[in-house]
Amino acid sequence: MSTPGEIGTEAWPLWEVFVRANRGLSHVHVGSLHAPDADMAVRNARDLYTRRNEGISIWVVPADAITTSDPDAKGAFFESPAGKNYRHAVYYTKSEGVKHL
Amino acid sequence: MTSPADLSVVDPELSVEEARFNDLIAADSRIEPRDWMPDAYRKTLIRQISQHANSEIIGMQPESNWITRAPSLKRKAILMAKVQDEAGHGLYLYSAAQTLGITREEMTEQLIAGKARYSSIFNYTTPTWADMGAIGWLVDGAAICNQVPLCRASYGPYGRAMVRICKEESFHQRQGFEILLELMQGTEAQREMAQDAVNRWYWPSLMMFGPPDDQSPNSAQSMAWNIKRFSNDELRQRFVGMLVPQAEVMGVTLPDPNLRFNEETGEYDMSEIDWTEFNEVLAGRGPANAERLRRRREAHEDGAWVREAAHEYARKQSERALAAAGAVA
Repeated sequence: MSTPGEIGTEAWPLWEVFVRANRGLSHVHVGSLHAPDADMAVRNARDLYTRRNEGISIWVVPADAITTSDPDAKGAFFESPAGKNYRHAVYYTKSEGVKHL
Repeated sequence: MTSPADLSVVDPELSVEEARFNDLIAADSRIEPRDWMPDAYRKTLIRQISQHANSEIIGMQPESNWITRAPSLKRKAILMAKVQDEAGHGLYLYSAAQTLGITREEMTEQLIAGKARYSSIFNYTTPTWADMGAIGWLVDGAAICNQVPLCRASYGPYGRAMVRICKEESFHQRQGFEILLELMQGTEAQREMAQDAVNRWYWPSLMMFGPPDDQSPNSAQSMAWNIKRFSNDELRQRFVGMLVPQAEVMGVTLPDPNLRFNEETGEYDMSEIDWTEFNEVLAGRGPANAERLRRRREAHEDGAWVREAAHEYARKQSERALAAAGAVA
């Protein structure tokens, strides 16, 4: 399956960039860029996405290495949790008023 | 005439996709790269986003002109950071346009061949240091006014790029204001230089919002698609309303004798804009059109060896990695 934004005719491959803002936080997707190799992708990501101390760690991932769910499935793929609100704490109301529960 | 009902008979698949697109727009949701979208929507976005990206890249030139001549080391460092930001903004926007199916190479070719537009404001020259102040205060100010509503543009990648850009752009406007303010607190000659720059940049910055609403044929469609949120005249009026008190703080005079607050409308009345000048610059007859394109073309061509070297290095490295993997196996 092709990756969003991936065009075969681009000279350089597409990389998705993830930045960790601080220790204790996840790496979060911040954007993408084109670069000839992984080293250049990391350097370019530093210049492009962390000019103002936005991060202390960067991941770059080749976009074509990402497998995505089918965007045309129109939600069918995610339907199974529907009607299963007993999976949420708010479903249980009889304990209302009872402390620390 | 074909009605939507007829379409669904001819091509039920298309009409389902189209209905979904229309529903997303009606719900003020976002369109993402792999969603179906009308060709005209895609074309409009490619044109707008690539022009916007080109503007950021060409916009580096009038300011880079002053990096070697900045009056202090502090101002030099600030100017370099700002020009680097413009490069970054260009890249965010090129990336957003690339998700629509146009390549970076195509956009660059269109720009250096003179086939793609960029904001005509960058075809004006920057003869004095005060121009750095006026560009930051007026040009970046107008750009922010235009761009803040674009953060909510219906095309996801464009809106996300604009969020990043707007966050960084506010420093650009403030540093420009500060340059002019310091000049206005300086000698008589410095005050004259600041006022002269404001005189030259005021009208072109108001023209950045585009033609008046009744002469802006594409605006209605862009607003229907939630790409554009406010009309050209609305944004221009909002901008002037912000400038007037700022000009007072600074002590500069905005060069419009008819500019005054209208108690009835709650807005500023102003002189008619001279659109013949705008159209001349747009048609390529501005003070620096040829120079801007020439420098962009040179930079692209002079940089070819860097792109080739990077490509060749990547190829060799992956070849070596493959060979090493083969040796192990």
